[in-house]
This record gives sequence, C-alpha cells and structure tokens, in this order.
Amino acid sequence: MTPWVGRPILRFEDPPLLTGEGAFVADLTRGSSFLRFVRSPVPHGRIVSIEAPGGITVFTAADLAGVRPLRPLLHRADYRPVEQPILAGDTVRFVGEPIAMVAAPSPEEAEDHAEQVFVDIEPIDHVTSAADALLPDAPPVHRHVSDNVVVDARFDTGGVDEAFDAAEAVVEFDLRSRRQNAMPLEARGSVASYDRRTGRVTLAASVQSPHVVRTAIADLIGMPESDLRVVVPDVGGAFGQKFCLAVEDAAAVWAARRLRTAVSWVEDRRENLMSSFHSRDHHYRVRGAFGPDGRLLAVDADLLCNVGAYSCYPVTCGVEPLMALAELPGPYDFRNYRVRSRGVVTNTCPMAPYRGVSRPVITLAMERLMDKGAARFGLEPDEVRRRNLIRSFPYRSAAGLVYDEGSYLESLERTVEAVGLADFRERQDAAAARGRCIGVGFSVFSERTGYGTEAFAARSMDITPGYETVDLAMDPSGNVEARLGASPHGQGLETTLAQLIGDELGVDPATVRIVHGDTDRTPYGWGTFASRSLVIAGGAVKLASGLLREKLAGIAAAEMEAAPEDIVIREGRACVSGTDAGIDLSDLARIAYHASHRLEAGMTPGLAARATYDPSGTFSNACHAAVVEVDLETGGVEVKRFVVVEDAGVLINPMIVDGQLHGGVTQGIAQALYEEIVYDEGGNILTTSLLDFLPPTMTEIPEFEIHHLETVSEATITGAKGLGEGGAIGAPAAIINAVSDALRPYGVEVDEMPATPARLRSLLRKHERKYA
Amino acid sequence: MTEPIDLTLDVNGRSYQVRVEPRRTLADTLRDDCGLTGTHLGCEHGVCGACTVLADGLPVRSCLMFAVQCEGMELRTVEGLAEDGRLHPMQQAFWENHGLQCGFCTPGFLMLAVGYLEQHPDPDEEELRAVLSSNLCRCTGYQNILKAVRQAAADMRR
Repeated sequence: MTPWVGRPILRFEDPPLLTGEGAFVADLTRGSSFLRFVRSPVPHGRIVSIEAPGGITVFTAADLAGVRPLRPLLHRADYRPVEQPILAGDTVRFVGEPIAMVAAPSPEEAEDHAEQVFVDIEPIDHVTSAADALLPDAPPVHRHVSDNVVVDARFDTGGVDEAFDAAEAVVEFDLRSRRQNAMPLEARGSVASYDRRTGRVTLAASVQSPHVVRTAIADLIGMPESDLRVVVPDVGGAFGQKFCLAVEDAAAVWAARRLRTAVSWVEDRRENLMSSFHSRDHHYRVRGAFGPDGRLLAVDADLLCNVGAYSCYPVTCGVEPLMALAELPGPYDFRNYRVRSRGVVTNTCPMAPYRGVSRPVITLAMERLMDKGAARFGLEPDEVRRRNLIRSFPYRSAAGLVYDEGSYLESLERTVEAVGLADFRERQDAAAARGRCIGVGFSVFSERTGYGTEAFAARSMDITPGYETVDLAMDPSGNVEARLGASPHGQGLETTLAQLIGDELGVDPATVRIVHGDTDRTPYGWGTFASRSLVIAGGAVKLASGLLREKLAGIAAAEMEAAPEDIVIREGRACVSGTDAGIDLSDLARIAYHASHRLEAGMTPGLAARATYDPSGTFSNACHAAVVEVDLETGGVEVKRFVVVEDAGVLINPMIVDGQLHGGVTQGIAQALYEEIVYDEGGNILTTSLLDFLPPTMTEIPEFEIHHLETVSEATITGAKGLGEGGAIGAPAAIINAVSDALRPYGVEVDEMPATPARLRSLLRKHERKYA
Repeated sequence: MTEPIDLTLDVNGRSYQVRVEPRRTLADTLRDDCGLTGTHLGCEHGVCGACTVLADGLPVRSCLMFAVQCEGMELRTVEGLAEDGRLHPMQQAFWENHGLQCGFCTPGFLMLAVGYLEQHPDPDEEELRAVLSSNLCRCTGYQNILKAVRQAAADMRR
C-alpha cells in the first residue's frame, strides 16, 4: 500500500480545536486563586518602599528571599552573566518588570488589589537603545557590567583587509531591524496546583519545553524535580516566546506551595507586549568586498544586538549575537570573514528567541549586500547570486559550519523562472511609464535545523539541549503509544509522527497515540523549538519503531516457525514473506503480555522500546521572491506576489509543510512592513495594544506560490529536514529588496525594517528635496 | 455598579441562569459562568477577534460586550456549531483545508465566517477578504482560512 509518509492526511489534532473542546491554560483556572503582578512603571529605578492595604494577599521579593535569582550561563570568556530576581528586589530594570504578586479569589479582585499596591521608586538614568548603552557615560543596567556589554564575540579568518585592498568594489551600509514581539495569539499563562497529600505541585503552563521548565523552577525554588510535574495543555502559538522561562511561572509554583492551593496566572495582551519577551532589535554595520567578476571576496561586520535588561533561560542572551556571528555568511561562498558581535543590555524588556532568531536579520544583511553588489556591477539580482552561491557539498562556511547537501542554485533558478524576471522588467518599465512603482526582490538562504547536542555544546551552554528520547509501546490490545519530550503546539507533530510510526509498524496512524507535554509521562527531552521536532523526535520515533518491529517479528517468527528475517509487517499483520501465513499484531501483543511463557528464552515480556536520536544537524534551503507595489504618496506597500521554492528534504505531510511556510512567510512580511515595538525616550513602551503593534490581517497577505525541491540528505535518518522557521527567515529580505527595487529610480535604498509608510515617505522626501 | 445581577442567557439554544457583576464581559460570562471555554480571549480590547460569537445572528466581539446587554438575545458560540456530533460545514472546511494550526483563533474565525455567510451567502473574493480581515491569526498566514471559507460558502449554499 502507499506509504503514509508523503501523504497530506488531515490532522488528528483538529477536531477538538474546531469544536471548542480544546483546553488552553486559561480554560483550566476554575477553582484556583488568581495571581496578578504589580509591574514597574519606570525603566530603571531603586525601590524605596512597597505598601499595600491590609486584607489583601501580596508577596514581594522579601517573601521570596529563599528563591534563587535566575542566572543563565554560557561558559565563555566573552559572556558576562547577569542575575534576574523572580520579583524585583532593590532595583527595577525595565517597564513591566514584576515587583509584587497579588493573589485573590477572582481575576477582577486580583486586578483591583494589584492597583492598591503602592510602590515608591526612585528613578535612575536609563538607556533603551544599544547605541546609547555603549556611550562612555551610559548608566550601567547592572552594576557589575559597567559598559553594558554582556556578549562580545569575535571571529576572524584573516585575509579580510587584503581582500578589501584588492577589491573591485566595496559596499558598506548600516542595517537596522526594529524590535519584535513573537505575539502568540494566546498570551502566556500557568496554573500551579499544590497537592496537600503528596506535597507535589502540578504546573499546567503554556510553554514549549516542559522538562526544561521543571528543571529551572525546581532549581530556583530549591525543591526536588520529582516534586514538580509540568503539563502542557493546548498552546495557542508560541514561536519561541514560550521556550524561555517565564519568571511568572516560577512565582506561581512558589505561591502554590506557600498558599497550599491552586493559583493561576493568565497574562493579558498588554503584559504580553510589554513584558513577555522581545526579539531582533539589531543594528549592523556591514562591509562587503567584491572582485571584478562580482564575486564576494570578504565580509567585515559589526553586529549589535539589544538584548534587553536580562538574559533568558536556558539559551541566554547570547543566542542572537552568537547565532548572527556563526550564520551570517549564509549560503554564499567566500573565505574571508571578520565579525564582532555584541549583546548589549538596556532598560527594556528582555530578548528571547523568536522564529528564526537572528536569521531574518542576517539574511536581510547578506541579501541587501548581494543587491547592492549587483547594482555596482550592473547585474541582475539573480546573476550576482548565481556567481556567489555555494554549489559543492559538504561545504564548510567561512565561519566553520558544515552544510550538508542542498539545492541553493536550483532553488534560485526555479524562483527566477516562476517570477519570470525578464518579463517582469518589461512590466516594471511599463508601470513606471504610468507612474506606478513596482519592484521584485529575491532572498536565498539556509536554515540550520535539527541540530543536536554537539551543535549546542559548541555554544558552551551551561544547559546543553539536543537529543530527544521516545518511549514507544504497543499495549495488549495492539494499540501503539509514543511518549516524547518534544512538545508541539500547533505544528501537527501528532499527525506527522503517527505517519512515521504507521509506515514503520504497519499500523493505521489514526490508531497511534502521541503523548507529549507531561513530565510525569514522558522521557526527559528538550521540547519544541529551533525547527527540530520532526527531525529529532521523528528520528527517535523511527529508531524506536525499528526496535519494536524487530521484537514483533521475533515473536511472529516463533509462533509461525519461520525465520525472523522472513517476517514482513504491514497493515496490522505480521506475515511470512511469500506465503499466506500471518498473524495479527494484536494477537502478537496478547502473547507478549499475557502468554509470555511462549516467548523465546531471554525475551522480556511486553512490547516497549526506547530510543534516543541526537543528530549533528542539517540545513534546509530556499529561495523567496516578492513582488510589491509602493504608493509613492502614502509610502504604503502592497505585496502582489510571493513565491517560495523550498527544499526541506523528504516531506512527511506536504499539507502541514505548506502551512508552516504560509505562517512563517506571513510573520516575515509582518516584520518587513508592519510590526514594531517602540520605546520612547523616557523608556516607556508605546506599543502595548494591538492597535499599536500591528500584525497583518488577511487583506495584507497575498496568495502564496510554493514549489518544493527534495534533496535527500544523509544528515537525518528520515530524510526530512526542519522547516519551521524558514518562512520567517527568508521573507523579510525578499520584501525589503523588492521595496528597494521599486524605489531605485528615486535613489532610495531601504536598509531598515519594518519599512513602514512613515519610513518610506521620509526616505522619499529626502530624494524629493534633492531634486526639487 | 458592583452589585451582582441575575440574568438569563440563551446560548446555543440552552438557557443559562447566571449571577454577574454589571462590569462582567460577555466573554468572561460565557467562559467562567456558562463553562463555554471554546470562546477565547486573545487581546481583550476588540482587535484580535478570537472571542467572536454570534448575537442575534451577528458576529460580535464578546470581550467588548457586557453580559447584561445580552439578556433576550440569541447567542451562539463555537460549541453550538456541530450538530449530533456532525461538524458544521465551516468546521469541516477548516479541517480539510488546514485552516488552523494552534487552534486558538479558530473559534472566532468560525463564528465570524458562519455569521457573515448566513447573511451573505455568496460573497465575492474581495468582500470575503475584507470581512475575514476582522480577525487575527498568527499561525496560518490566512490563505487556508480563505480557502476553507470559500469551500464552506459553497457547501452552505447547497
């Protein structure tokens, strides 16, 4: 029969979500006390006093004195650790930082009580931008980091100055990516329930990594991990924001133990925009040296990442600057690379990974460099890329990363063909003659996915993630259950893993149960992030299925007096190859559990297997192209077309793959054109509602044109590469390049995102003044 | 204004007796007092539309209405769409077109689309996009939602 892998079967996750029977964390608060956090209204200050009227339950740092501060670590000389208390002690460092925690019988009363807590704060000078934080007289955000630099990493292949001296053309520019919020539609939240009989706490939390949350909170509070169970209900989107520890979740566990009851915290949208996690507030200085043939010879870059007031756990605030340093070269073949990448603390909300982490920005940097280089040599954007893309594999980048087999050049050619570049130029000229301004932009990139312990260890993380373990069992009734530490939240992993198991064990995926998001029921694992789950949990599922299949074949062989290697398992039966003899898997299961005296000597009763998979990683690749029209009078941009040629290896479920691309590209378009977290000079955050922070709606997003290539790489045992982030990584550069292409006749180069109407009008006004 | 008031709400054809403060929103009342947690809260300021329900057939933001405004109205929520375990054509179409990923915005989109199509059975593409731009989705990029609603519109006309 047709394999399950490769079929766009409908998701098993959907029916409850469609009928209102899903259970998200806010649906589980019944009967609990409600927590509300009193948050700092100032960006930097010393807490003088906290006063609350009698009769309300309020906790401050003094109550949490026994709880350790969060102190995420990298074991690197160029990283300086900073501490984050669960509730601010003597100092507040960003608007929105939790200072006190109120508990009340209803959310309304909790809000009312929180408003009655009076915090006297003596303001201290603050900084909100990385550039300001680096000034010699800038106030230090943490006293022991006088220059505000917490990560200062450098890398140099040598040869850079020589390459620039020999260059035919040097391109130099400033690049700015404004601050983002991943903005899952469900904000964060948790319900912590204390069990008076056992003393255990069950934390139901909207998170991506239940085991890591358990470790973090147990360590902070100083309780055995076994006293804490973390369960993850349905999660309404996360995109990285729910991967790093929320101090509020730790506070909830503490409060549940203190009050010996159940407490819940449901973050509202204002809190989420103000004080969850932000991302991608970057400012780069980029120089590129090109040889006479338009080949890139060298890149010299200075990267500044504003990491906010604290370091996120477990990945630390090194995640953005260090990824930017290691992956900036992208899919381009050049040997001379010098980079300095700094993480700078400021009095703003802390940064954490968001879908793509630094790659949307570094891809923008390289793709702007390519287009600027092309302009210098009078080349089309495809030609300059054709001359510079990597083409033989494995390829070791200037930064030392090894790329497995990919289809970089082919993805470009397919995209150019889909766009019809030559015809587009004719249409562009015709449009210009009618006073309309259209442009096309390309973006070629690599997406490092599915990387295991070895890759994370290279970052010198104190907590080194990487592997995933799967416990697979067939129960006595013949049904298969897989339990895993990965923790999907919208990706459809229950369906795709069941498809893999369906093929390996000859069972219908609809009968397979995937158990995740419960530290009591699943082996220790790292959760779902970094486009890893299908590759790594999927690999572990495949390995465990192989072990289970072997055991089933062994039992079947003994029952039918055949050789184990002659047993074929398919469609719920184990058959002797080339004969009619066969036995149902459910009968084998009964034997394994209930007639174990019939098992061969040495075989353990039952049907269970455990496997761990820990690959070194793989690179997906893709090319994106956008066609846009810019309204010169308003500065508004309309996305007319969006083409994706993606290579993620073997596609387990093409429908789910396309869905990931749709969502990722949409977030990329959002970053390129719309979304921005803004602080004013006083350190106040101005974008605390969805009227100010602007995710796109259906009218801003075009139909997507998606094509697939399938390079089968040996880097993963399923042949699948991850692709959860690719859409978000490539889209901003395609859009910004298209806007720049449209505005080329006006001498406008766009090197900042989001390219809002106000920004584009400001660039156009400069040009208009010049030619007035 | 904080004295609780006794109300009778008609939700999905069933009558709910609730006692709520006048300041209590319809969304909180549906979720906490009626136990209908399928209606989700994404922003509580009327932008995201995750809390959309039907009030006398019209899509409304239940986070922007007070429960006390809704006495005597015929309210419908996502829990009332499927009949006898059979999915509504809109639910079926969302499933078949992968119109949801995390599922958090889904109840709001379902109610918005059902409410609109019941009043305007044959909308053109531009009109449909404009109506569906009322709500936010963070996962799907909207195209599959549009496809789903187009399919459901055809199914509902049959």
